[in-house]
Amino acid sequence: MKDLGQPLVAGRILPGFRLSLGYMLVYLTLLLAVPLAACLAKVSSLTASQFIAAVWTERARSAYLLTFGASFAAAAINVPLGLLLAWILVRYEFPFRRILDSLIDLPFALPTAVAGLVYANLYVKNGWLGQFLVPLGIQAAYSRLAIVLVLTFIGLPFVVRTVQPVLETIDAEIEEAAASLGATRLQTFSRVLLPALGPALTTGFALTFARSLGEYGSVVFVSGNIMFKTEIAPVLIVNQLEEYHYAEATAIALVLLAGSFATLAVINSLERWSRRHGC
Amino acid sequence: MSIAVKNVIKRFGNFVALDDVNLDVSGGSLLALLGPSGSGKTTLLRIIAGLEGADRGTVHYHDEDVTKRSPRDRNVGFVFQHYALFRHMTVFENVAFGLRVRRAPKDKIESRVRELLQLVRLEGFGGRYPPQLSGGQRQRVALARALAVEPAVLLLDEPFGALDAKVRQQLRQWLRRFHDEIKVTTIFVTHDQEEAFEVADRVVVMNNGRIEQHGTPQEVFDHPANPFVMDFLGNVNVFQGRLQNGKMLLGGIEMAYPDYPHGESRAATAYIRPHELDIDRSPADASSLRAKVLQINPNGSVAKVRLESENSHLELNVEINLDRYAELGLRPGDLVHVAPRRFRVFFPEDYAI
Amino acid sequence: MDADRHAVATAEPQRRFRQDPLLIRIPLILAGIVIVGVLIVIPVVNVFYQALSHGFGTYWRNLVDDADTRHAILLTLIVAPISVALNVAFGIAAAWAVTRFRFSGRTLLVTMIDLPFAISPVVAGLMFVLLFGLQGYFGPWLRDHGVRIIFALPGLILATTFVTLPFVARELIPVMEALGPEEETAALSLGANGWQIFWRVTVPNIKWALLYGVILCNARAMGEFGAVYVVSGHIAGQTDTMPLRVQKLFDEYNNPGSFAVASMLTSLALLTLLAKVWLERKTRREIAAGARIGSAVPRIDDIGETP
Repeated sequence: MKDLGQPLVAGRILPGFRLSLGYMLVYLTLLLAVPLAACLAKVSSLTASQFIAAVWTERARSAYLLTFGASFAAAAINVPLGLLLAWILVRYEFPFRRILDSLIDLPFALPTAVAGLVYANLYVKNGWLGQFLVPLGIQAAYSRLAIVLVLTFIGLPFVVRTVQPVLETIDAEIEEAAASLGATRLQTFSRVLLPALGPALTTGFALTFARSLGEYGSVVFVSGNIMFKTEIAPVLIVNQLEEYHYAEATAIALVLLAGSFATLAVINSLERWSRRHGC
Repeated sequence: MSIAVKNVIKRFGNFVALDDVNLDVSGGSLLALLGPSGSGKTTLLRIIAGLEGADRGTVHYHDEDVTKRSPRDRNVGFVFQHYALFRHMTVFENVAFGLRVRRAPKDKIESRVRELLQLVRLEGFGGRYPPQLSGGQRQRVALARALAVEPAVLLLDEPFGALDAKVRQQLRQWLRRFHDEIKVTTIFVTHDQEEAFEVADRVVVMNNGRIEQHGTPQEVFDHPANPFVMDFLGNVNVFQGRLQNGKMLLGGIEMAYPDYPHGESRAATAYIRPHELDIDRSPADASSLRAKVLQINPNGSVAKVRLESENSHLELNVEINLDRYAELGLRPGDLVHVAPRRFRVFFPEDYAI
Repeated sequence: MDADRHAVATAEPQRRFRQDPLLIRIPLILAGIVIVGVLIVIPVVNVFYQALSHGFGTYWRNLVDDADTRHAILLTLIVAPISVALNVAFGIAAAWAVTRFRFSGRTLLVTMIDLPFAISPVVAGLMFVLLFGLQGYFGPWLRDHGVRIIFALPGLILATTFVTLPFVARELIPVMEALGPEEETAALSLGANGWQIFWRVTVPNIKWALLYGVILCNARAMGEFGAVYVVSGHIAGQTDTMPLRVQKLFDEYNNPGSFAVASMLTSLALLTLLAKVWLERKTRREIAAGARIGSAVPRIDDIGETP
């Protein structure tokens, strides 16, 4: 099948080209391009040293560290968790499997504020789970652990949903071939299956990471927002905004944006790479 | 309604799909656009329909320039290669679509659709949905749908391509009979020579974006304009030889060719159809070639015989009818004489196949 | 996160895997159940438990008698549908432009549609404050004309629309791409104009994908917090949506009230999940049916091949 880059409707035979493209462009300009431009304009009103002064305060630095660190941790935890869930959902039969499968999507559908609210309540001293954990010295509310925990919840669907399709299309014959060549189950898993899932796991990781970077609604409930300890970057941005330090807030926002875009670029190239290497 | 295509050029990127194409189609005729993949036949059809825009050139319906007109305003009935039936509508609604968008009165729609379903022998199928139909049935719905708006021109893109052989046969005959009844100017695209010959009044042979020849099936077959046409329409034996003094010399035989009386020898290629070669036990004249029978393949009403000439080791494909075959009592290994009854000559430097 | 990818994959798969031994399966399954139980089920149950902890009467009063809560519910029910409607119009326009025509910059536009996913909601809110806040670029002009965007309804709508922009488009584009332009082209050749083609041919073919996109978009719109927090000024009784109300009640140590509102949002999430599962199956079946009756045509004409 030769693709000449021109499908059947080359030449705009179908109507509505100008209308649809026009509306699309206007919409995207007003809603995306103009706000982003405003960001850049605001930041460019700062001199280089002012910019550094805004984004590199001690407070900001601990916020970045916390944001990137917690997102990384949550994504890292989600990889084995997601792999396990995808594994049992795809390869095993058990009662309520379908229900479990549907529940995985709940963090995606639940408002983040509700997630934050309930997580804060569950892990305090007399919460349902906190009552067991606090005596053990585990502070899963108003702490860094709390942030990682709620980010893990938020990001749970991403790895699972990225790995599931790949797991489903892995041919049983590959495993049988490995077994016939003498591999143990563990060897088959680590040498054959895991590498095949590598791209999906990495993509899932990156998606969770990107999602966690910008998360606000849930973290703001569970972290306590203590400066230098449990204040994430988005909270810092809001604080600056409320003090009318627009430029500083935007500067920090840009750092966050840069992180998100970089992650998005990584995700895109990962997907392209995995497609080329035939997953 | 007559159609005229003038000097049409169409490019897709660097690929030239149609290279200065001119075509006249007389009203009421049934025309086949025949050619291999990539010859431009579908592109030409779509340009006639308005589904594709020509880069240069014009299209006329009955002397009216419709080049810039949208397919909506051309009143053409187009049957797509994969039918493009509206999957969410019943057969009835599919056929009624053209009338509904023209806001025809309900009773008119009702009667016309029933009439058409009857015409395509699908009465009673009105309530079915496309996924419930067979390929041949879908084809007929697509046809009925295109005809519902009483188009001046009917255009079909490889109408029988996706069907199996038996159904194809039936639909071909049906289309022929149908056209005799309806008499709408019809153009269809096919890569199947047999189909074109069986169905169409006139055939247009296309290759590489150009029209090679345009005529009735008989004309095109008996008097091919060039090697491509000859080769495309059925089997042909090709021999390299020389012309001199009114004779064609090849492989040790000579055949009379009065059209070239010159003394200057010239390289030429002779094209001979399998049924234009005769097999005999004894040589007829100087134009007989001695050859050995390699393989015999009785095929329906003819016997296909493969031979190799003794001296020049040319491979020959000959078709003789079964009576003659029985008469000769041929067997592989026999030495016989092959003589051409007629042949066609083309000069190699004029054509590059 | 790609529902379309997941949708394609969860057709009943052939279970031809080598079965892991029971000794491995049981612990893994139990582990999975525990994970989902602790992370997802317990929190959901807890929401309803806390909401009803003081009895159903209090629960009801919390929702209905509190004027600010009532207003928050009303506000959410105004903002979300408007955002969804705007994004549906956008999604349809984008899908039509991107899947039915070829033009330079097409890939760039498709990437742009995904951008709101990469931008933190707080940053989204920030951008609108920069534009329309009192000290924003248009601030003085707006004030002179008595128009309030930030700290008022238009701001809420803008922020919510931005954050949920991709949802409908991302559902429609793959479906319309897979269906191909054949049916619409046929309709054109039969004399239909643009709107007739759209309503009679395109819409019936994409209705499930559209509904799916609407439901996802709505869930996100109703639950949006960060962006709305920034642009709303959180003036109780005026610019608090339901998620913001949850936070305000929480800050006032009114747990039952906070959880009452949260329970409404959780119910919405559960309904969204149900609809999601049901619709996923329908869209998958539609694309498969389309492929079977051969209307997804290869994107070339006779140049190249005809089988």
